[in-house]
Amino acid sequence: MSDPVLEVTGLDVTFGSGPGAVHAVRGVGYALRPGEVLGIVGESGSGKSVTSLAVMGLLPPHARVTGSVRLKGQEILGASEKRLTAFRGKTISMVFQDPLSALTPVYRVGDQIAEAVRIHQDVSGQAADRRAVELLDLVGIPNPAQRARAFPHEFSGGMRQRAVIAMAIANDPDVIICDEPTTALDVTIQAQVLEVLKTAQRETGAAIVMITHDLGVVAGFVDRVLVMYAGRPVETGSVDDVYYRPRMPYTIGLLGSVPRLDLGGRRRLVPIEGNPPSPDALPPGCPFAPRCPLVVPACDAAEPPLEPVGPGDRRAACIRAGEIEEGRIPPGEVYARSGAGRAGRPAAPGAGAGERRPPVPRGERGVVLEVDGLIRHYPLMKGAVFKRRVGTVYAVDGIGFDIREGETLGLVGESGCGKTTTLMEILELARPQRGTVTVLGRDTAAMTSRERLAVRRDMQVVFQDPLASLDPRMTVHDILAEPLRTHGVRDPGPRVRELLTLVGLDRQHAARYPQDFSGGQRQRIGIARALALEPRLIVLDEPVSALDVSIQAGVINLLEDLKDRLGLSYLFVAHDLSVVRHIADRIAVMYLGRIAEIGQVDRVYDTPMHPYTQALLSAIPLPDPEKERSRVRILLEGDLPSPAAPPSGCRFRTRCPKFRDVLSDGERERCVDEEPAVRVLDEDQGAACHYAEKIKVV
Amino acid sequence: MAGFLFRRLLNYVVLIVVATSLAYMLAAGALNPRANYEGRNPPIPPAVVDARLTELNLNDKTPLFERYLTWAGGVAHGDFGTMVTGGPVNEDLARRLGVTLRLITIGLVLGSVTGVLVGAYAAVRQYGAFDRVSTGASFFVLAIPTVVLANMLIIAAVWVNGLLPQPIVYVSGEFSAGSTGGFWAQAVDRVQHLILPTISLSLGLIAVYSRYQRNMMLDVLGADFIRTAMAKGLRRRTALIKHALRTALIPAVTYFAFTFGALLVGTTFTEKIFGWHGMGEQLVNSIYTNDVNSVAAISCFAAFAVLVASLASDVLHAVLDPRVRVG
Ligand SMILES: Nc1ncnc2c1ncn2[C@@H]1O[C@H](COP(=O)(O)OP(=O)(O)OP(=O)(O)O)[C@@H](O)[C@H]1O
Ligand code: SF4
Ligand code: SF4
Ligand SMILES: [Mg+2]
Repeated sequence: MSDPVLEVTGLDVTFGSGPGAVHAVRGVGYALRPGEVLGIVGESGSGKSVTSLAVMGLLPPHARVTGSVRLKGQEILGASEKRLTAFRGKTISMVFQDPLSALTPVYRVGDQIAEAVRIHQDVSGQAADRRAVELLDLVGIPNPAQRARAFPHEFSGGMRQRAVIAMAIANDPDVIICDEPTTALDVTIQAQVLEVLKTAQRETGAAIVMITHDLGVVAGFVDRVLVMYAGRPVETGSVDDVYYRPRMPYTIGLLGSVPRLDLGGRRRLVPIEGNPPSPDALPPGCPFAPRCPLVVPACDAAEPPLEPVGPGDRRAACIRAGEIEEGRIPPGEVYARSGAGRAGRPAAPGAGAGERRPPVPRGERGVVLEVDGLIRHYPLMKGAVFKRRVGTVYAVDGIGFDIREGETLGLVGESGCGKTTTLMEILELARPQRGTVTVLGRDTAAMTSRERLAVRRDMQVVFQDPLASLDPRMTVHDILAEPLRTHGVRDPGPRVRELLTLVGLDRQHAARYPQDFSGGQRQRIGIARALALEPRLIVLDEPVSALDVSIQAGVINLLEDLKDRLGLSYLFVAHDLSVVRHIADRIAVMYLGRIAEIGQVDRVYDTPMHPYTQALLSAIPLPDPEKERSRVRILLEGDLPSPAAPPSGCRFRTRCPKFRDVLSDGERERCVDEEPAVRVLDEDQGAACHYAEKIKVV
Repeated sequence: MAGFLFRRLLNYVVLIVVATSLAYMLAAGALNPRANYEGRNPPIPPAVVDARLTELNLNDKTPLFERYLTWAGGVAHGDFGTMVTGGPVNEDLARRLGVTLRLITIGLVLGSVTGVLVGAYAAVRQYGAFDRVSTGASFFVLAIPTVVLANMLIIAAVWVNGLLPQPIVYVSGEFSAGSTGGFWAQAVDRVQHLILPTISLSLGLIAVYSRYQRNMMLDVLGADFIRTAMAKGLRRRTALIKHALRTALIPAVTYFAFTFGALLVGTTFTEKIFGWHGMGEQLVNSIYTNDVNSVAAISCFAAFAVLVASLASDVLHAVLDPRVRVG
C-alpha cells in the first residue's frame, strides 16, 4: 500500500483558556491514501469543521492546536506562513459549505479562479484566464467563456459551488477537503454537485475528505468513514463495516434515527435521548455515557480509547464494542432496551407505532382544509429612486389540495417553489388574490372577524426556527399560558403542566426561558404552544430541518404520536423528502408555483409518475452504501428557472429528462404549447404531466 | 446608465430649485435687513434706507413674491445678487469656497484614510490592545463637541509655541497678514496656519470613519470568502487587503463622497474658531447681518453640494460594487 498523502495524528484544538476553554477537537487522527475518499460524519458541533480548518492551518490565532499533520510526509502543523501558502491551494485545497459567501463579491468569477492558478503557477494572465474557462467547463458551467466574466451574485448557489470546486482543483491538488459542500443546496442541485466532485476526483486523482452530517451523502461517495462525537473520533472503518456492522452505540443510534426514503410502512424512528454534551463541560468518562443505553459504571472511569474491533481496520471507542462484535448484544437491540439509558425516556406518550385507529376511508372523513386554484403573484420592482414594475413573480400559480381529518399532507419542493407563500396565504385567513381557501368549512374570503378568531384557535402553526419564534424574555409557562389567557382561560396552570407532559418535557421546566433549552426541546415548546388551544389543524413549516438527526427523530415521533392521540391533521411543509415519507399520509410535490404530483405517500414514493418527482426522489442519497453504489441517478440539468419567467406550456420542460431524451418532436410540441393540469391517474395519485407514467426510482 | 443618470440629475435640479426657493422665502420673510440701518447716529433718513434696500432687492415694502421673482431672475442668469455690504455675492462665495476647499480636502482625505486604516486594523486585531485603545479614543473624540476639541488644540498649540523660540503653528487665520517673504516663505506660512484646523477637522472624521470601517471589516472578516482566498494559497495579509478590505471599503468610499458634500458648508465651528473666512463661517455671519441674498445663495449651494455628493456616492457605489450595478 502506498504512503498516505495526508496523515493526521493526535490533533487537539482548544479555544480560549482557563475554565471557559473549549476543547473542540480531541485526539483526531486519520490517514488518507492517494485517491482515497474519507467521510467524516457527526452532528453539529462535533468538531468536524474545526478539524479540517486545523489541517489547513486556517483557524483563528486564538486557537491552540497540537498534534501532527503530515502532508506528503512533511509536517505542516505550525509551519511558517510561507511554507503553508505553498501547500494551500496546490497540494491541499478546500471547498466550504456556504456557496453564497465563498466567493468574493467584488471580483469576477473567472478572475478569482485565475488568481488561484497564478498563485502557484508561473503563467501569463491570459493563460490563467484560459485555464479558468477550461475549469469552469470541466465543472459543468454552460457557456464558460461568457460566464467567467460574471460576478458571484449572478450565479445560483449550485453554480457558485461548482466555481468553488473549479478553484479547488485548479492546481491539481493531492487532497481536497470538502466541508459540507452540498448542505446548503437543494437535492437536485446536490446530486449535480456530487457528480461534479466525482468528475473532479477522476480528473485530478486527488484524495478527498468529505465532511457532512448527512449519512446518505457519505454512503455512496466514500471508501472509509470516521464518526465524530464531542470532538473525538468514536468509530472508523470501511463504509460498509460502519453502516452494516456498527460497533459503537452512538453510530448505531445515528443510523437508527435517520428517516429512510427507501423503506415504506411506518418504521418507528429510534431517537437518541438527551443532547450532545457542551464542549466546555464534558462528562468524566465516555462522553456518550449520558445518552448511551448500554452504559455501565465502568464507562465513567475513563474515556475509552479508539481501539481495533474485530477484523479489518475498524476501530471503535467503546468498552462494550467487543460484546457487540461478538454478537452478545445484537446492534438492533441496543436501543430496544429502552429505559436502560440513564437519561431515562419520558414515558412515550400515546400508543406506539403500528397501532393506528381503525381506518375510516378517506372519502368519509371531513375536510379540514381545502385549497382550490390558489394564486399569489408579486409585482417585480426595479430601480431605487424611480420604482417601476418590470414583471410578475408567479410565486403560487394555481394550486389545489385538500386535507381530511386525521391526515397529514406533506408539501415538498425545492427552495423557491412557493411552499412558504402557500402556507402564508393559508395562515392569513383573508381573501386570496384568486382561488379559494376553505379552513374547517369556512371560506376565508367571506369570514367575519369573529369567525376568523375561532378559526385561528383551531388552526395553529409551528415554525422552523424554534428560538426565533419564542419570545426570549418569557418563561415557558408564560409562553404556553399566553394563548390560553387570550382565549379566556382563567387559570392556565394545570393545562400548561399537561401540555409539557404531552410533548415530553419536564413539568419543572416551566419556569425556565427558551434559551435554556436545546434545539429539540425548544421545538417541543413550540409544539406545546400550538397545542394549547386544542386545535384541529396544525401547519408546520420545516419543523425539524434545523435539528440534528438524533434529535429530529424524537420530534418526528412526538408529532406522529400526537396526531394519533389527538386526531390532529397536519399540513407539513418540508424540503426533506425522507422526513415527509415518514410522517405524511399524502404528499404534494410543488415545482415553480404549481403542483407537479399529488397523492398517497407510498404510491408517490414507490412509483412516481411525474418526471420531476422521479428526479427528485432519485437525487436523494440513501444511507445504504450498497444501494447507493448500484443506483442510477436521474440527473436534472441546469437550475430552477426564475419564477418571474416560467417556461411556456409545461413549466418543467426546460429540465425534464423525458422531454429531452424520450419524447418525439410531435409529442414535445404538446409540452411546449399546453400547460398540463393535475390529472388523477390512479387511485389517489395524480400528476401534471401529459405523458405521466409510473417508474420505480428508489 | 446614462439614462439613469439623466433622470436622476433632472430630479435633483427640481429638488434644488424647490429647496432654494423655500430658503429664500424663509430668509426674506424672517430676516430684517432694515435693522442694519436703524439706531445709527446720526440717523439715516428713511428714504435713503429705502432706496438702498430697494437697490439690494431687500426692501420689505416690496411684496415678498415680487422680491422673489427679481431674485430668481438674477439667479437664472447666474447672479445671486449683492451682499448687504455691497459686494457681489458670487465673488464673495467663490473666494470662500476656495478657502473651505483648502481646509476640508486635506482634512477629509487625512481623516478618512487614517480612519479607514485604523478601523480596518482594529477589526483584524479585534479585542487586541490596538482595538481597545482606538475604540476608547474615538468615543472620546466623538463625545466632546468640536468647539471644545478645537479650543483644547489651540491651548496645546499655544503651550507648545511658548516652549519654542519661534511659533511653529498659528492658531488663527489663513496666513499672516504682513508676511512678505518669497513664494516658499508664503507657502510655509500657509501650511503653519493650516495644521491646527486640519487636525481638528480630521480628528472627528478619524473617529467616525474608524468606527464605521471597523464594523464593515468585522462583517467581512467572518465571511467564507476570506478563508477561500487563504485556502487558495494567498498570504493572510494579501487576502485581508485584496479581498477583505476591498469589499469592506465600499461603504466608506461612498460615505466619503457624501461627507465631502456635507462639509462644504458644514465646517462652521472649525472655520469660526480658527478665523478662516470660508463658507461655513459666512452662513452664520450672513444670518447675523440679515444678509438675505447670501443666506439664499449658501442654501442653494448647500443643496447643490449635498445632492451632487449623494449622486457621486451612488455612482461610486455602483462602480465599486458589482452587486448594485444597474443594467
Ligand atoms: N472560533 C471559535 N472560537 C471558539 N469556539 C469555536 C470556534 N469555532 C468552533 N468552535 C467550537 O468548536 C466546536 C466544534 O465546532 P465545529 O464547527 O467543528 O463543529 P461541526 O462538527 O463542524 O458542526 P456543524 O455540523 O454545525 O458544522 C463547537 O462547540 C464550536 O462552538
Ligand atoms: S463506553 Fe459505555 S457509555 Fe460509552 S458508548 Fe460504550 S457502552 Fe456506551
Ligand atoms: S408534460 Fe412534458 S415536459 Fe412536462 S413533465 Fe411531462 S413530459 Fe416533461
Ligand atoms: Mg461545520
